[in-house]
Amino acid sequence: MAYSDKVIDHYQNPKNVGTLDKSKKNVGTGLVGAPECGDVMRLQIEVDEAGVISDAKFKTFGCGSAIASSSLATEWLKGKSVDQALAIDNMEIVEELNLPPVKIHCSVLAEDAIKAAINDYRQKNGLEQIKFEESVVH
Amino acid sequence: MLKLPVYLDNNATTPCDPRVVEAMLPYFTEQFGNAASRNHPFGWQAEEGVDYAREQVAKLIGADPKEIIFTSGATEADNLGIKGVFEMYASKGNHIITATTEHKAVLDTCKHIEKVGGEVTYLTVKADGLIDLKELEAAIKPNTILISIMYGNNEIGVIQPIREISALAKKNGVLFFTDATQAVGKIPVDVIKDGIDLMAFSAHKMYGPKGVGALYVRRKNPRVKVTAQMDGGGHERAMRSGTLNVPGIVGFGKACELAFLEMDEEARRLSKLRDKLETELLKIEEAYVNGNREHRLPHVANISFKHVEGEGLLMGFNKNIALSSGSACTSASLEPSYVLKALGLGDDLAHSSLRFGLGRFTTEEQIDYTIEQISTTVLKLREMSPLWEMYKEGIDLNSIEWAAH
Repeated sequence: MAYSDKVIDHYQNPKNVGTLDKSKKNVGTGLVGAPECGDVMRLQIEVDEAGVISDAKFKTFGCGSAIASSSLATEWLKGKSVDQALAIDNMEIVEELNLPPVKIHCSVLAEDAIKAAINDYRQKNGLEQIKFEESVVH
Repeated sequence: MLKLPVYLDNNATTPCDPRVVEAMLPYFTEQFGNAASRNHPFGWQAEEGVDYAREQVAKLIGADPKEIIFTSGATEADNLGIKGVFEMYASKGNHIITATTEHKAVLDTCKHIEKVGGEVTYLTVKADGLIDLKELEAAIKPNTILISIMYGNNEIGVIQPIREISALAKKNGVLFFTDATQAVGKIPVDVIKDGIDLMAFSAHKMYGPKGVGALYVRRKNPRVKVTAQMDGGGHERAMRSGTLNVPGIVGFGKACELAFLEMDEEARRLSKLRDKLETELLKIEEAYVNGNREHRLPHVANISFKHVEGEGLLMGFNKNIALSSGSACTSASLEPSYVLKALGLGDDLAHSSLRFGLGRFTTEEQIDYTIEQISTTVLKLREMSPLWEMYKEGIDLNSIEWAAH
């Protein structure tokens, strides 16, 4: 299976690899996936006082498509409000990266990671957890 | 000089040796006859080519040419050997013993046999991939007719104790079949000394063409028979009908002859290169060899790099290095390698493995290049692996409740 140029580019030059200080109140961390399944994503957001995501970082254990999906997600998150971030749909990632059907679960994982990070941020700041439908793809 | 791309997937298939191709060519054009045509020189030439190849193949494994049944490959030979014995010896019993690390061509054939009323015992293997001979002996029952244990494993290269297995089979009056696809042409395989009753092997794993293989069927002590699985003209002593693939068979014969002449030296050279590759890659932190290192094919290595996912790892260099991974993502299924899991490897380690299959045309420069590329990529991916970060922080990954998906 050949990878799209965009996947290859994110794999070779991943954006925003790293770790934010998860003890900070304005940092939300989402850890999704499982080692047994061959992919684990950790996505973190830092939210400023205006409710805008000022920084986003990821680390991913997984295939090239998983790495690219999380790298792209962090790019998209920066500068968005938390509410805007919630609207990111996995199919947008699929389209942007030209993911084949067998790799759609990578984009779902990225969407799950965004939502998990937002919920962690909300919980830390005394906000109610948002309930999401369970992802069904993987 | 370094030749790219590097091909290290010789367990999947090998390139044809140019000398093999050369031997085959006349049989496509001038000597194109049907080996079963008895009435004209075209047929005679083809038959002569097949007869000679049969001798070359038999010589490599210490068999009599009459004991070689040509097939379309090892998968067909596995099917014919196992199903053929199951049907032929139905009056004797219906129980077959095999192991969980066998090739799918054996496992799925056994699954089929279970569906048609057979009984199959799947032996588990020890952590090093070897079967437990005591367990094998304990599994033999009065209705056991066949033991099917592979010679050398395709993923980890582990060589089973063939002579001990065949001795147990003989002692209990059970036939012994072995899938020797990865072993024949790589290490000495002798059906007499090894006590093998039936054996499947293939040309394209030993620098011959694809689409041709053989089933060895013993003719003496005991005389073994198999029920044909395809109806037709009664070729190959009525065990395998179908016009013979003459060019393929001629190429197979040549490949066997070359292996017979060059195998020892080649094995020495490849095991040296394999050991170099392994020694250097094991210098990477948290890298592990899968399978028994002593009882192993000389050209195979299977290594797990903890906290790095196999397919992601391959992507770092797969333009220049052809390798296979035990990770699920590379195949149609979503399960990681069942062979590695059978060794008791956790899914995480099974997802983190690479299989190296060196071959006749692998050079030392290519091995050096591979070592460098893999080392660099593993380090790079660990920098972006959350699991590696947690491991380095001393977090027990098993203590985390992973979201099952």
